[in-house]
Parts: sequence; C-alpha cells; structure tokens
Amino acid sequence: MIPMNMVTPPPELAAITALQSKLVSALRPILPEHALLWEPEDTIPYECDGLAAYRRMPLAVALPETEAQVAQILKVCFDMQVPIVPRGSGTGLSGGAMPISQGLVLSLAKLKKIISIDPFTRTAVVQPGVRNLAISEAVAHLGLYYAPDPSSQIACSIGGNVNENSGGVHCLKYGLTLHNVLKVRGILMSGEIVEFGSLAPDSPGLDLLAIVMGSEGMLAVVTEVTVKLIAKPKLARVIMASFDDIEKGADAVAAIIAAGIIPAGLEMMDKATTRAVEEFVHAGYDLEAETILLCESDGTPEEVAEEIERMTKVLEQAGASGIQISQNEAERLKFWSGRKNAFPAAGRLAPDYYCMDGTIPRRNIGTLLRRIQGMEKKYGLACLNVFHAGDGNMHPLILFNGADQEEWHRAEEFGTEILEACVELDGTITGEHGVGIEKINSMCVQFGEGERESFWGVKAAFDPERLLNPDKAIPTLNRCAEYGRMRISGGNLPHPELERF
Amino acid sequence: MSTTNNMQIDLFREQILAAVKNKTPLSIEGGGTKSWYGNANSYTKLDTRPYAGILEYQPEELVITACAGTPLKEIEAVLAEKNQVLAFEPPHFGDTATFGGAIAAGLAGPGRISAGNLRDFVLGARILDGKGQDLSFGGKVMKNVAGYDVSRLLPGSMGTLSLLLEASVKVLPRPAATTTLRCQIPQEKALQVLNEWAGQPLPLTASCWIGKPGQDGELTIRLAGALAAVKAAIPLMNAAIDAVEVDPAVAQMFWADLREQRLAVFANLQDNDTLYRLALPAACGPLSLENTSGDIILEWHGQQRWIQAPSDDATFASLKAVAHTHGGHATRFKQGSHVDPSNQRFTLLSEQVHSTALEAVQARLRAAFDPAGVFATSRLP
Repeated sequence: MIPMNMVTPPPELAAITALQSKLVSALRPILPEHALLWEPEDTIPYECDGLAAYRRMPLAVALPETEAQVAQILKVCFDMQVPIVPRGSGTGLSGGAMPISQGLVLSLAKLKKIISIDPFTRTAVVQPGVRNLAISEAVAHLGLYYAPDPSSQIACSIGGNVNENSGGVHCLKYGLTLHNVLKVRGILMSGEIVEFGSLAPDSPGLDLLAIVMGSEGMLAVVTEVTVKLIAKPKLARVIMASFDDIEKGADAVAAIIAAGIIPAGLEMMDKATTRAVEEFVHAGYDLEAETILLCESDGTPEEVAEEIERMTKVLEQAGASGIQISQNEAERLKFWSGRKNAFPAAGRLAPDYYCMDGTIPRRNIGTLLRRIQGMEKKYGLACLNVFHAGDGNMHPLILFNGADQEEWHRAEEFGTEILEACVELDGTITGEHGVGIEKINSMCVQFGEGERESFWGVKAAFDPERLLNPDKAIPTLNRCAEYGRMRISGGNLPHPELERF
Repeated sequence: MSTTNNMQIDLFREQILAAVKNKTPLSIEGGGTKSWYGNANSYTKLDTRPYAGILEYQPEELVITACAGTPLKEIEAVLAEKNQVLAFEPPHFGDTATFGGAIAAGLAGPGRISAGNLRDFVLGARILDGKGQDLSFGGKVMKNVAGYDVSRLLPGSMGTLSLLLEASVKVLPRPAATTTLRCQIPQEKALQVLNEWAGQPLPLTASCWIGKPGQDGELTIRLAGALAAVKAAIPLMNAAIDAVEVDPAVAQMFWADLREQRLAVFANLQDNDTLYRLALPAACGPLSLENTSGDIILEWHGQQRWIQAPSDDATFASLKAVAHTHGGHATRFKQGSHVDPSNQRFTLLSEQVHSTALEAVQARLRAAFDPAGVFATSRLP
C-alpha cells in the first residue's frame, strides 16, 4: 500500500485544498471553533438546498452568530476573492443556495433572534434565520401576524424569504414579502453595513429595497429584517367548489376577481391531485370533479358572511357542480389539508417529483393545463396540478423515478417545456421559487441579451467583483448562446448525459 | 404594437443617441404637472406624451398596461367603468398628468397607508435605457421573481434611470362601501387612536389631521371595504372619537382635494416659504417645530406630514435633523415662487446613517442603465 503522503493529488485538487486551508486559517480568528466547518463529513449537509438534484461540496461552511462576524467574514472573502453562497434554512427549491466548489457557504441559521416587537407601530425586527411562522407565533397574543405564508413557512427563514420575495396562499390579498417588509439591514460584499428602506413610508434616493427583494442573495447579505405586522382577521371560512370541467373552474377564478372580490386564498387542484391527496388526508374531496377550487374569505364575521355569499353566487353561476362551505375552523382546516399536503401525497405516487413554478395570467390557466396534458403523453410522465389560481402561480408536480437518469432528464425537459409555455402565455418562468441554478437556462428564453446585460449591471452595482452567489439566477451571455445552440435540435438535447449546470 | 408606436420609439431612440453624441442630458417630461417637484434643471426636454394609449386592460386580471404618455385621468376613467381603481391614489397636480409621470414621481395619495405605495403596484416596465436599448422587465402577473426587479426601481426615480415607455400596474376593485368621519381632537390623541386602529381588523383606509400643535385640530378618517365591515366599525371608532359622518359628496371632494393639495390649508403657501414633506415612522408623535407658518397637515396616520416654513437652508437642516432623529427624512416638496429654484430638495444618502455606501451603489446602478449620462439631470440626487 502506498502511504498517503506519497500520492500526488491532481493539480486542481491541490489548489482547492490550498485555498481551503488558507480560507479556514483566515476565518478561524473570527469564529468560534464549532462555527466553522470544512471536513467533508461536516459540510455534506450543505451540499444542496431543497432542490436535491443539484449538489456540490463547498470549500467550507461558516455559521456566524453575530452581524459583526458576518461583516468580518465578508471582508476576509472579499480580500481573498473567495465567492460566498448565503444560506438560510436551505428550503429553497431552485438551488439558489447550492454551494460553489471554490466558495464558502455562509449559513445565517444561527442569527435567529426576534430582536423587537412593537404592537403600536405593528412591526417586528428579526434576524434572518428566524423562521417565517415563528414571527406570527411570537405576535399572535397581540392579535397580529406576518402575512406572507410560503408553504415552507414552518421551516423557511425570513432572510431567505427576502432573497426570494416569497409569497404563499394568501398573497393574492396580502401581497408578497416585498409588500410586507419595511427595512432590510444588510452587508455588502465589501463588508459595509447598509440599510435598505426605512420605518418611514419611503427613503431617500432610488428605491434600493425594491431591487434587493428577490435578488437571490446576490446583492447583499441580509442581517436584519423589519417586517410589517397586520391585524389577524377575526374569522376565516373557505368554500370548496367542484367543477366537472377544468375550463369551467378556470373561468370561475376569473369570474370571482371580475366580480370585485379579492379572496384571502384562491387555490385549485386537478383530479389527479385530488385523488392522490384524498387517499392521504381523507378530507372528503369530490373525486369525480375534474377540478376543485378552494376560495377563502377572511375578515370580520360580517365581512366574511357577505363575501362568502357573493362568492357562492359567482361559483354557482360559473357552473360549479358542487359547493361546500366550512362551518367551523376544524372543517376549514380539513378542506385545506389536501391542498397543504399535495406535495407529500405526490411523494407517495412516485419515487420522486419535480415541482415547477411558473406564473401566467389567470385567463390562460385552462390553456396551460391542456398543454400540460399533451406534454404528459409526449414525455410519458404523469403530472399533478395544484396551484395558486388566484394569482396564476402554477406548481405542476412531474412524477418520475430519480434512480433512472434517463427519466430524470425527461422530467427536466418536461419542466423546461412548461416554463417556456408560461413565457409564451405572457407569464414568467418563476413566480416564487426563484431562478437559482435550476431555471438559469430558462432565463435565456424569458429575457433578451439587453435585459441580461442590465441584470449584470445591477449585480455589479452592488458586488463589482461578482463574489456573492455569483453563478446563480442571471445567465452569462455564453451560457445563453450555448443553451440556444442546444435548443436548436427541436427540443432534443444533443448530449443529454452531459451535466448542464 | 402599432406602427405609430414603433415609429415613436424610434424617435425617442434617435433623441437619446443624439444626446449621447452631444453629451447633453435629456429631462424627461410628460404633462409637466410635477415639473416643480425635485431638483431643477434646464436640460432639453424629452416629451413622453406622443407615446400614449392603453395597451391592455382585462379587469379580471387586475392589471392595466399603458404607455407612459397616457393621461392619468384616461386610465382612471377606463378603470372606473369596470369599478376598479389605482388603490395608491396617485396625485395628478393638474389635468395633463400622465401615467409615466405618476410612476416616475412615485407619489401616492391618502390610500397609501392601507393600500401600499405606488411601487408595490408596479408589475412590469418597458424602457429605453441610456444606450437606446428597448428593454422589458417584470411582467403582467402578480408573482414573478425572474431576474432583478428592475421595474420597481423606476417609481420615484424621476427619470434619472431610463426612459419609461410602458408599465403594467396592478389595479383593485373599488371598495363596496365608503364612509368618512370627522371630529375635533388634539394631534397626540389622533396619532394614538389611528395607530391603535391600524393594528385592529378595521377598514380604515385614510386619515388626515389638520391643525396646530397643542390644540384641537380636525381629524378626518375614511372607512372603506365591505358594507358590513364599514357599518360595524363606525360605532366602534366613534366610542373613541365621537365623530360625525361627512356627507359623501363633500367627503369625496375632501379626499381628492387633499391628494391634489387643493385644500385651503395648502393654498396659503407664502412666496418665500416652502412646503416641506416629512416622511416618518409610525412611532413618531407630535413634533415640536419652530418657525412654521399656518397649520400642519398629517396624513397616513402621521407618517406623512406637511409643514410650511421658511425656505432657508437652516430651516431645512433643522427639519432634516428632526425627521432623522425619528428615523425619517425631509423633502423640500414645493417651494414658493420667490425661493431659489436651485435649492437641493431632498435628503441625501450621505446624510443618513447606513446609507453612505449606498451612494456608490446608486451611482453604479445609474451608470449601468445610462453610461453616457443622458438621464443624469440630477433631478433626484
């Protein structure tokens, strides 16, 4: 056996190892021992985020506990020109927190203090690692809550929500993260502490808070977020309406909005989803319906009664084949249980599922659903449709078996075709999950060269050295040129076995 | 896209490229109704009005897309036909106000406190950048996180970033019922009750207090939403303020006049004075200000305050300091006719803690969209 020290590592590996030890030595004085990881067995949990299909090992992982440590880490990496991937709870679904092999993962999970709560001004100041739901829990006794509720809210952190401009079931009425955050304190890659927005209704200069929202961790590292709290509605009730035709269901969505109603939630599930979840949650869904709509109303009891009555009329006129209205909170939660459990239910139908995230104008929901039916046949894969119908945010779940590489590539192609259809139907390739690494090629479909160049200009304005999460969200011109060439052969990739990310 | 529109875009591009060549910035202007707002300049005007028209409006999508030069009143009239509104209630400040001008100014009216600011409603924009490139950002759907949200950087940028060609904004249904209440109470109590109500599920959508510090003033509040919610809220709120209901026609006129600053209290601006705007956090109580003239006006539950005072730099500095102490900022919103037009109107980034580094970011952002400085009119510093 050859002793280890006799083996000469390949030059790239040697360079990485050298960079790793240099970085670790530079970060050691800043962080306590337990807050800096670099051994593979310690860093492996960070090799991917919620999109496990894309993995990469980082040079090291830093887990700062204070803002000052974050600033110092950024300064060290800036001086060494080491890229940084910020990470919150790792629940992101587009690979936005996938590590860079020659970079540091900066986990903000330990910055999880709720710094202050002010019921009078309806605000809370929280650190980025605070879980979304924890904010509402902490202020529930004041009759207040934080409105954006991404489905992952039990686990996802507010810093990640800022970076992805997350939404959720209730954003039709209450808005996205953008609409519910007043101020973000952050650190530029240069190590300078800055504040975007303010507690006042506006702040001097260009509205930089607007551009930081949803910037996928590429412009600044978030260290503190001031969120807006709103009064908890006194009551919520939900209508569950069945339709024997998908188009009718989609038209009902438009009819509700056209009637001047903005429901607190307006969600849709197709037959395949209903059947899958019913087996899982036994909520009593109509299994014969082609589609089911869940329309929630919240507010004072008087308001809710009025709105439920109006929505019921609209749904009847739109040809609902069945209507049930929740009579109490337990029933309301039962009606929602299927929608909320659609993802785990999909997980029972196939070894893997690929969750897409495109948005289209509401009027095109029926068209897209029909096109997806065609794609199911084309790719030989099933797809469940469960989505935020009120704002046209679709989440097709493509079922596949990840152990079969060829099937995974087919699922990917299927997903890409859905996103391209969204763009064609006047929509976008991502409503709330972000571009990350997953949809970076689809960015070449939605945006032209000029827009992409402008995005790089925005990036450079904040991070001229391109060190913050540099290879995510915004494709380079080369990548798009490459992708364009790959797309020429009628959607069939020339070498599907090659790694494209 | 019509041929006329394409030709107009070509004309704009020619104007931009000529400005690049001649190194002469262009000052973008629509109806000119807000030309007094922001730092003054005397650069050549680029008139957006030839590029007008509503491009797409489907009420059930809650989105309207229009050209920048479209008259704002045309947009509001089209929405009104379908019982929809621009919920941020942009001030017009004149009959000729345009859609693009409203977005570039980024101003919002009384509804801002409950509906959100103008920027919150912008979904997408089409622009010509400083190189004459025709670019589109955002889109026509509510949820969209593809790429940086450049379209939301434009509101309030006052034409210093690019030429806005078109924008898509979210619209909302007109509330089913509206009631306005009025009472006489001191400023302190008004701020107290308004903030308490704002933390409760009440349909409070606008507020305005007009008066002098330490004295009773006139508080007017607007309730809007479902009829049942408005009805239920009136007795609850009256328990705290003992108000009277204002006649609906009078009330409607009041809110419009407040938004347009046509109320008598605004009309008294002295030739040598300035109407200052203070943007403040909700926690800010009554301010003790010296040297002011006339009544002060509080909107947005006290978060927007209008103060008339002398125009000199010392007064502006002291108002900036007061606003800054409370976490806000001050603007020389409108100057009297005898005041030096070259005054700096805004609080600078360098004057705010934790904004200094953002000055460089802002400059680089502008350079990215406009490398030759075609839009560098300094209207917004």
